Amino acid sequence: MADITPTAAENIPPAEVEDVELYHAKSWLTKYVFCQDAKVIAIQYSCTAIAIGLVALVLSWLMRLQLGFPESFSFIDAEDYYQFITMHGMIMVIYLLTALFLGGFGNYLIPLMVGARDMVFPYVNMLSFWIYLLAVAVLVASFFVPGGPTGAGWTLYPPQAILEGTPGSGAGIILMLVSLSLFIIGFTMGGLNYVVTVLQARTRGMTLMRLPLTIWGIFVATILALLAFPALFVGAVMMTLDRLLGTSFFMPEIYAMGKQLSYGGGSPILFQHLFWFFGHPEVYIVALPAFGIVSDLLSVHARRHIFGYRMMVWAIVIIGALSFIVWAHHMYVSGMNPWFGFFFATTTLIIAVPTALKVYNWTLTLWRGNINLTIPMLFALAFIVTFVNGGITGLFLGNVVVDVPLSDTMFVVAHFHMVMGVAPILVIFGAIYHWYPLMSGRMLDEKMGRFHFWVTFIGSYTIFLPLHYLGLLGVPRRYFEMGDTSFIPASAQDLNAFVTVVALIVGFAQMVFLFNLFWSLKNGKDAGQNPWKAASLEWQCDRVPPGHGNFGAELPVVYRWAYDYGVPGAPDDFIAQNDPGTGDIEHRT
Amino acid sequence: MNFFREISQKPWLTTDGPDREIREPIAFALPQATLGVRVLLLVISIIFSLFVIAYSDRMLFHDWRAMPEPWLLWVNTLMLICASVALHGATLSARQKSRDDLQARLWVAAAFSIAFLGGQALVWRELFMLGYFADSNPANAYFYLLTGLHGLHLLGGLGALSLTVTRFYGGAKTDQLERSVDLCAVYWHYLLVVWLIVFGLLLFT
Repeated sequence: MADITPTAAENIPPAEVEDVELYHAKSWLTKYVFCQDAKVIAIQYSCTAIAIGLVALVLSWLMRLQLGFPESFSFIDAEDYYQFITMHGMIMVIYLLTALFLGGFGNYLIPLMVGARDMVFPYVNMLSFWIYLLAVAVLVASFFVPGGPTGAGWTLYPPQAILEGTPGSGAGIILMLVSLSLFIIGFTMGGLNYVVTVLQARTRGMTLMRLPLTIWGIFVATILALLAFPALFVGAVMMTLDRLLGTSFFMPEIYAMGKQLSYGGGSPILFQHLFWFFGHPEVYIVALPAFGIVSDLLSVHARRHIFGYRMMVWAIVIIGALSFIVWAHHMYVSGMNPWFGFFFATTTLIIAVPTALKVYNWTLTLWRGNINLTIPMLFALAFIVTFVNGGITGLFLGNVVVDVPLSDTMFVVAHFHMVMGVAPILVIFGAIYHWYPLMSGRMLDEKMGRFHFWVTFIGSYTIFLPLHYLGLLGVPRRYFEMGDTSFIPASAQDLNAFVTVVALIVGFAQMVFLFNLFWSLKNGKDAGQNPWKAASLEWQCDRVPPGHGNFGAELPVVYRWAYDYGVPGAPDDFIAQNDPGTGDIEHRT
Repeated sequence: MNFFREISQKPWLTTDGPDREIREPIAFALPQATLGVRVLLLVISIIFSLFVIAYSDRMLFHDWRAMPEPWLLWVNTLMLICASVALHGATLSARQKSRDDLQARLWVAAAFSIAFLGGQALVWRELFMLGYFADSNPANAYFYLLTGLHGLHLLGGLGALSLTVTRFYGGAKTDQLERSVDLCAVYWHYLLVVWLIVFGLLLFT
């Protein structure tokens, strides 16, 4: 099939939709604080998410110190430990990963990659960030109220979550639930923007199938978020009423300290269903943008088109759809009917198929590619390795019979940290190294970057691989110390101590990364227009960093997909999406 | 746009499909704000559907004691219907570019909506006085929960309506307002349907 001829490029019909009249800020406050430009909002989201993520990182150090050296830290008692695990988990999953992938990368990359000047509802977009910031503020406030933050576990299971005996059952749980409700409202507002922008605001020639996979990942993840967060909202509202008004949506008849409480008739299982109906799509809300971004990182840095683009899109869509029918694999030990478990185990194994397909396609993208071992590429490769590891342990846990003894052990902790903690975080780092030149016009420092990569990758593996063995031994999760048991050998405690030391070293490496982010703003090498020679639209702006309105006077016109790398006969090893071409290149069929 | 046909295309072939023109690839032949409101209504539908599912499950238990239905609830329903009718009329006025009618109908819609919310507050007060507290019985809890959330959504809608009214007085042209008024009307009709479902549940269980 021949490439587009220059004469075809002249026949572009005039735009049917007027170029949108972009909002221009007039005061300092509306330009830098209450800014409606998606790029500024993205940076606001990212900075807030990383800041609260650092709080969660410190909590993880405290947990590791307690687990590694249980006798040494007398200021950490069991109650504190429960509060650490709860806040660490909730912050990392929702306030860091979801906010950073959708609010941070989504806001920055969606308008640029689809060829729009901004999101379709900029005012609502701006509000969504401030509501997110309010949600974070309410969450942080829970650290300072009497009783401290909730220690119910990130899953907040009733009835314990709101009963005396659980840390933070006073004000902490209320603030957590209020914070989650605010977060959901804010993310619904943002999600409307992302979905409608991708569907309706693409530039001429940008069909859905010419979108980079980053956008597909974020787009489908946003749809999942819009459909799944309501379930968490419903659970949060009902639990708040149970706590504040004494209703019994989730509270069965309970005797506490020999006295019968006023609750009765409620169902804790109802909360579990609501929570996990949200909770499973939530992990795909984190994973799908990571999948999309990794596809683009591999493609750009291996100078090769993504293998099987269509199947990758189908896989993202199918994973998104299937993610709604696997939730009860988090509930195998809840006392459910075995046939129920059988159904969900089946759907869980089915969802592994499109996921595995993506792994094969990433690997095949690298095959015969011109692999440049740049820092983003290193992180992308590390993602594949760690995600495969975490995904395979997921197959273990997806089977009911294997899950029953492994449930609530460190094996589960190892699994979800690999798939949610290590793999997507590696993608976030890779994405930051990749797009930092676009956002700032400078490259991040190479030496610090390579140090950061190797310590993080090897270190994270060293932290979480041994936890699988601890789990197989039967070491339980959510215990603040192992204590004396007959089935846990003393060497397990030594292993815990070793893991703690590695965790602290990996934590130090993140400080180097943070320093690099700030240092390179002033001292980084000048990046130029398109340092990675990428084909997608965000690198084809008139200036770097892109200005307000993104593309200068005229919106780009798209002639090809985002993966024209190594096209035989082309003048360079890539052809930008908005390049009409010369007409004499034989395109691959 | 057939989604499945769309994602079956082969983008590595630079010209694909029957038409080789480069055109605006819009997914739905809808204005952006309309699509945004429809997606929002989908999200709100999921919230209320989940509540209805939980309600339907819980009401089968033996300890369920249905609440009395104050006649004021019927009056409030009428208020909400009138608000919807007024907003529908406002949409027609905007289309016909009659500013005076539009202004009157917007205020009438707002008034009926506030009357509805006030009436709901009175119903709550009446039930409290009769001793039907939220924690007494699951039926009570679900009643307050469902009516409370519906009322909050209506309050949010009033916020959007007030923005439209502000733009009206700010001198916006009637055709610019037409879209906003239309979307407000869609939202009100939606909340009316939700209310009828919630009210129906309360009446028949």
